[in-house]
Amino acid sequence: MKDIKICCAGFGGQGTLSMGKILAYAGMLEGKEVTWSPSYGPEMRGGTANCHVVISDTPVGSPVVTENASCVIAMNQPSLDKFAEVLADDGALVVNADLATYNGEKEVRLLSVPANTLATKEFGGTRLANIVLLGAVVYATNCVSVDFVDSAFEHVFSGAKSKFVPDNKKAFALGYDFAKSL
Amino acid sequence: MAKYLMKGNEAIGKAAIEAGCKYFFGYPITPQSEVPEYLSSELPKVGGVFVQAESEVAAINMVYGAAAAGARVLTSSSSPGIALKQEGIGYLTNASLPAVIVNMMRGGPGLGTIQPGQADYNMTVKGGSNGDYRNIVMAPASVQEAVDMMMEAFDLADYYRIPVMVMSDGLIGQMMEPVSFDYKPCKELPPKDWALTGMGEGKKHMVENLVMDADECEAWNHDHFKVYNAIEAAEQDWEDFMMEDAEYAFTSYGTSARIAKTAIGILREKGYKVGMIRPKKLWPFPIKAFELHDAKIKKYLDVEMSMGQMVGDVALACGDASKIEFYGRVGGNIPTVDEFVAFGEKVMGGDK
Repeated sequence: MKDIKICCAGFGGQGTLSMGKILAYAGMLEGKEVTWSPSYGPEMRGGTANCHVVISDTPVGSPVVTENASCVIAMNQPSLDKFAEVLADDGALVVNADLATYNGEKEVRLLSVPANTLATKEFGGTRLANIVLLGAVVYATNCVSVDFVDSAFEHVFSGAKSKFVPDNKKAFALGYDFAKSL
Repeated sequence: MAKYLMKGNEAIGKAAIEAGCKYFFGYPITPQSEVPEYLSSELPKVGGVFVQAESEVAAINMVYGAAAAGARVLTSSSSPGIALKQEGIGYLTNASLPAVIVNMMRGGPGLGTIQPGQADYNMTVKGGSNGDYRNIVMAPASVQEAVDMMMEAFDLADYYRIPVMVMSDGLIGQMMEPVSFDYKPCKELPPKDWALTGMGEGKKHMVENLVMDADECEAWNHDHFKVYNAIEAAEQDWEDFMMEDAEYAFTSYGTSARIAKTAIGILREKGYKVGMIRPKKLWPFPIKAFELHDAKIKKYLDVEMSMGQMVGDVALACGDASKIEFYGRVGGNIPTVDEFVAFGEKVMGGDK
């Protein structure tokens, strides 16, 4: 397997970092080599937040994704404008269609997912929009098996937080199925 | 063995506890603040003590006290904070006190940036305090290696009675990787029969720093250098990466070395016979690696997140400065794989 390099970007509070963490966790549970590295520059409230996840069968060299990304996830327009160029020619661009529109010149494999709308319809709010998009990412890249994403939720949300597991699984399936229907 | 997905900084904190460290004195600074944050909640659970000192200078002197009392003790900071600790590090070394000091480097000089850097090589490896002294300096290139080195650092510190620096950077501190914890002492450790634990029925112990007599101070220096010589003979540590048939060798450590690994994979696919000598300890510098490989190496490609601070040691180790080409990024910028590939092709110039 070639290294799968993923760049998740959005604004602070949208859950971009935790979405990447779930992905890395699932990869680890599947027995793959994984890295998760966040941007940690001087950020401000409402500013951008992004993280890079690399999943591989061999030890990961550079954990930083600045070129040839297998997948770029843009949760809002500024992230899309900034990170679309990082995408490899055969990469998948997963866009939160409620907050961003791809206007680039380059032909890309575009998955436009109205994650806010889907999350609001199902859960009454946008909080799980990141996990809806994660479902689309896993469908598009096949970077981890769905079973391991489900166990990742159980590991990350343990103890008192375990009440969050069912909705996360549901949101993930929502995004996965939506991407499949595109 | 159980695997955890942990940030480098938190994993370092956990590794210290697993290795029996009960005392941490430090002060927050990006990008290492998760070390004190983690230990502030975890150390009390194992009967340990966490103190957020009023400054880095205070923290390193609290380390001096705990080390003198025979405790396994840790402090951590990032570049400008480590600069503040230099006086205390020299004092610890002169008093032969074991301690572990973590430096999660950021861009410099001065306050610099908060993004990753590797420009504290000279300060740490050559020594930023006064006098003739050495510290063991370990340079992890992954979260797992940071954990393993932390555990080894405490043993080496106690074994040689010397401060050990674990020198990493903001990227490894902030990133998450799967990691497991398995502490096994790497040395048979002598009892700390010198520690200030109360005289009781025994004899009086003293931890001294000021020497009034010049000859006596000179003798202290010679005693220290006996230890340094033993460390240079026994503790050189490095990784040979794709060196079997290599005619060119990258030299790099930490974060820049793992980026170089990806670049070397690409250069190998293009047909270049290139590998890497990656020092895992920066002091003692792995001279033996160069003795082993130098005869068949045409050029060294030194890559760092500094302006070339390790080049001098590579030159001493290979004995020919003209064999070294350097490429670096600084100020908090992380070099890309493409940059290293381009640098490699420029230096090797089609020599496949």
